[in-house]
Amino acid sequence: MSEATGGIHMEEGGGGKIKKFLYLNRKAPYGTIYALESLEVVLIAAAFDQDVSLAFIDDGVYQIVKGQHTKGIDVKNFSPTFRALEGYDIEKLYVEKESMEARSLKETDFLVPVKVVNAAEMADIMQSQDVVLSF
Amino acid sequence: MMKFGILINEGPYTHQASDTAYLFAKAAIEKGHKVNRVFFYHDGVYNSSRLTEPPQDDRHIVNRWQKLAKEHHIDLVVCVAAALRRGIKDENLQEGFRISGLGQLIEAGIQSDRLVTFGD
Repeated sequence: MSEATGGIHMEEGGGGKIKKFLYLNRKAPYGTIYALESLEVVLIAAAFDQDVSLAFIDDGVYQIVKGQHTKGIDVKNFSPTFRALEGYDIEKLYVEKESMEARSLKETDFLVPVKVVNAAEMADIMQSQDVVLSF
Repeated sequence: MMKFGILINEGPYTHQASDTAYLFAKAAIEKGHKVNRVFFYHDGVYNSSRLTEPPQDDRHIVNRWQKLAKEHHIDLVVCVAAALRRGIKDENLQEGFRISGLGQLIEAGIQSDRLVTFGD
């Protein structure tokens, strides 16, 4: 715990503030490191008992597409980690419908259960958060 | 008075993120607000390199952060995982910065009134 929280011991239970954190994933999984390092933040955040959601928009929807093969570019395929999120009680995953459809993807193409929402609903989800971390 | 946390996701000079974050922090402080922590992530960790040596007639982005932090007690935190990946270690870390975990970013999100991200 102390490593995960950078040596700071957070208050637990009633004394700690619980905020709504949204991790907004906008970029393709490979080509840049943003997606991988975003997922690293999400995993650490799980230790803080906050109210966590993930959203995938634009090329970010590719991060959770099934059947990723990265051997050809010699980069680690980190997509299986998304399946582990459930074990951290991170179960609110949203995909923007417009981004999904623009890329000819369907809900069954994703490797984790997601809720597909339109752009207006996504805006409401963002509006309801305390902290939005956009990568 | 508002408490701000700042997240910088891009390196110095290539990208304007660190400049804009600095000007934002300075303006916020001048208006009477508080900047608690600046967290450097992704290539943003390069903003902490002690080896940075820009031309004399250019702004010194690293030292500028160092000075602002010293004057206004801002906690400058560099993500350890992102830093090690990019060759930033205590031995080349500018004084006034510290290397720590991603938990410090989450904590800034919890403790600040607003967490503001600068980057692509």
